Amino acid sequence: MTTSNSLVYLIALPLLGATILLLAGRRADKWGHILGTLMSASAFGVGLYQLSQMLSRTNQDRPVTQKLFDWISVGSFKVDAGLMLDQLSICFVLLITGVGTLIHIYSISYMSHDHDRRRFFAYLNLFIAAMLLLVLGNSYLNLYVGWEGVGLASYLLIGFWNQKPAYATASKKAFVMNRVGDMGLSFAIMIAFATMGTVSFDGIKSAVGHTSTAGLTAMGIMLLVAATGKSAQFPLQAWLGDAMAGPTPVSALIHAATMVTAGVYLITRSNFIFDAAPTAQLLVVIVGAITLLFGALIGTAKDDIKKALAASTMSQIGYMILGAGLGPVGYAFAIMHLLTHGFFKAGMFLGAGSVMHGMNDEVNMRKYGALRKFMPITFATFGLGYLAILGVPPFAGFYSKDKIIEVAFNSAGNKGIILGAVTLLGAGITAFYMTRVMILTFTGKSRWDDEAHPHESPLLMWLPMAVLAIGSVSSGFLLSRGNALVNWLAPLFVQHGELTERLKPTVVSALALIMVAIGVAIAFIKYSRQEVAAVAPEDVSVFTKIARQDLMQDSFNEAVFMRPGQALTATLVKTDEAVIDGAVRGVARMALGSGSLLRGLQNGFVRSYAALILIGAALLIAAIWMVVQ
Amino acid sequence: MDAANYLYLSALLFTIGAVGVVVRRNAIVVFMCVELMLNAANLAFVTFSRINGDLNGQVVAFFTMVVAACEVVVGLAIIVTIYRSRRSASVDDASLLKR
Repeated sequence: MTTSNSLVYLIALPLLGATILLLAGRRADKWGHILGTLMSASAFGVGLYQLSQMLSRTNQDRPVTQKLFDWISVGSFKVDAGLMLDQLSICFVLLITGVGTLIHIYSISYMSHDHDRRRFFAYLNLFIAAMLLLVLGNSYLNLYVGWEGVGLASYLLIGFWNQKPAYATASKKAFVMNRVGDMGLSFAIMIAFATMGTVSFDGIKSAVGHTSTAGLTAMGIMLLVAATGKSAQFPLQAWLGDAMAGPTPVSALIHAATMVTAGVYLITRSNFIFDAAPTAQLLVVIVGAITLLFGALIGTAKDDIKKALAASTMSQIGYMILGAGLGPVGYAFAIMHLLTHGFFKAGMFLGAGSVMHGMNDEVNMRKYGALRKFMPITFATFGLGYLAILGVPPFAGFYSKDKIIEVAFNSAGNKGIILGAVTLLGAGITAFYMTRVMILTFTGKSRWDDEAHPHESPLLMWLPMAVLAIGSVSSGFLLSRGNALVNWLAPLFVQHGELTERLKPTVVSALALIMVAIGVAIAFIKYSRQEVAAVAPEDVSVFTKIARQDLMQDSFNEAVFMRPGQALTATLVKTDEAVIDGAVRGVARMALGSGSLLRGLQNGFVRSYAALILIGAALLIAAIWMVVQ
Repeated sequence: MDAANYLYLSALLFTIGAVGVVVRRNAIVVFMCVELMLNAANLAFVTFSRINGDLNGQVVAFFTMVVAACEVVVGLAIIVTIYRSRRSASVDDASLLKR
């Protein structure tokens, strides 16, 4: 393995930026945003340098490591704080720093009216540093540090406007639900240590062969729990919608392009475990399949443009998780969809931010309409992202999503038919709700509030959107040309044998396009041919009502976890008060009671003291006399 | 004369002293009763000295006298001070420790 001394700069630069911005305080208000952007951009530069170094080596020699210091050294157990950059990490590094830098640039303008813009950039830099540590760590323990770091940054940024109680609650909700997932990761690390005695990726990879399947399955399931928490997958998905409380660039960077895809990274990185634990792998597929439909269904009912996009993110990550759960055939396509999704979803979120910017921060799509004429650039970039997520050739989604659908169809037995049907259905619903977003926002008649004066966003905002739109158009084609990404990642995964081909790629693509066409057509009939109500209609079917309630996810969590949890704590409090406090108070009351009894003797009268002494002496003498007798 | 009679006298004096301490309120009288008890004890010591034919009891009696003298000095000073501040020498009036 090649070593390198420059890996640490990837993390150190944004971390330095965050430190300076946080410590300098108000003094940095004038130049804080520029420093933050520069730090992120220079990390991107280091990433590009690493890529060029990597390309100059043969495929087997590409991974680079750097040991920072001995972290834990107890007997035979050693953990180094070390970094590892391989073919998988570099994809993430470039996505995080590249999209991250674009979003920094966008935020300079988007947050220019916020008096706390410097703090915002400090948190963004902190996020970039933590996310890079997550993908560069060479062991689960190092990954865990980054994993917690992005959770912290996410919490800080969702609650950036924490003067609004609802936003503060949303950030707390995200943090708590993430903690449930984090617990899974810590258990996975403990299992790895208990069964294999090591936590580094290399060590575990070589120890998998002589480890019991039960241990690997347990570890795989715990890793899946971790992934569901961070990536907003079923059953820990409920936080993502509320996370839209954060500023829109945050939603674009953290809750669309990078942090929420950490679960996909975790599963792909742990491919050696999931390949050896079929039960855990099957669970991954099931979670992905459920979430992709779950998110898509929520997306159909949301009137809040950011929440609709968040539901879409959940659904698209469902596709990635499903792809990663299909084993060696799917890993590369999961990563490819992750990268293309990073472009088009971040682009669409920035577009949504641009629309909000022009509409007085209105998020309700029923109050948009006819914005195409007023925001042509936003419309164009958003539209390209829309075509990409639909999977229309030759846009990015066509190369990545259709591949996942194809691989799903080709997996063995009934599983293949079910998964294929689910992913196709998901593609149809995706087409429906994304068309709905497009129609409600950009076409039709205007339904604005009186004080809205829509206008195109400034250059610093539309430029990143344009770059991401170019990515939405070309990334899929570039990554799949000559199987580029698949071959690039191939050395990391075990090679799979010949696939049973149930359906030809062209047939799958045709089916997917038919589903998309149906979805688009339904959306057109419902929202373009008919007048759109400015207020969400109340007389809707029970299904719509449930979908508006996020498929009852919050009610479910409330009924199943929150209420029993509260009952449990209430019981514990009562027990504490009755038993523990009771015992303590009982001792105190006993001392108090005996004290007040004895106090009667201390009445302050000298003569009664004298009488008592006399009686005592008499009794003593009597006792001695009786003993002597 | 039988030495036991001195002991009876001693017991009688001690009892008178003890009863006086318990029943009288005037601090001076209580004080005199305490002295009476001390002297009753002295009488008993001297008697035992006589019975045993050695000087131990008499020596103790001297010690007691010294202690009693000191006690009188301190005790009378306290009583006088209390009387000055409270215009009363009743021991029941000075029951202030209770509160």
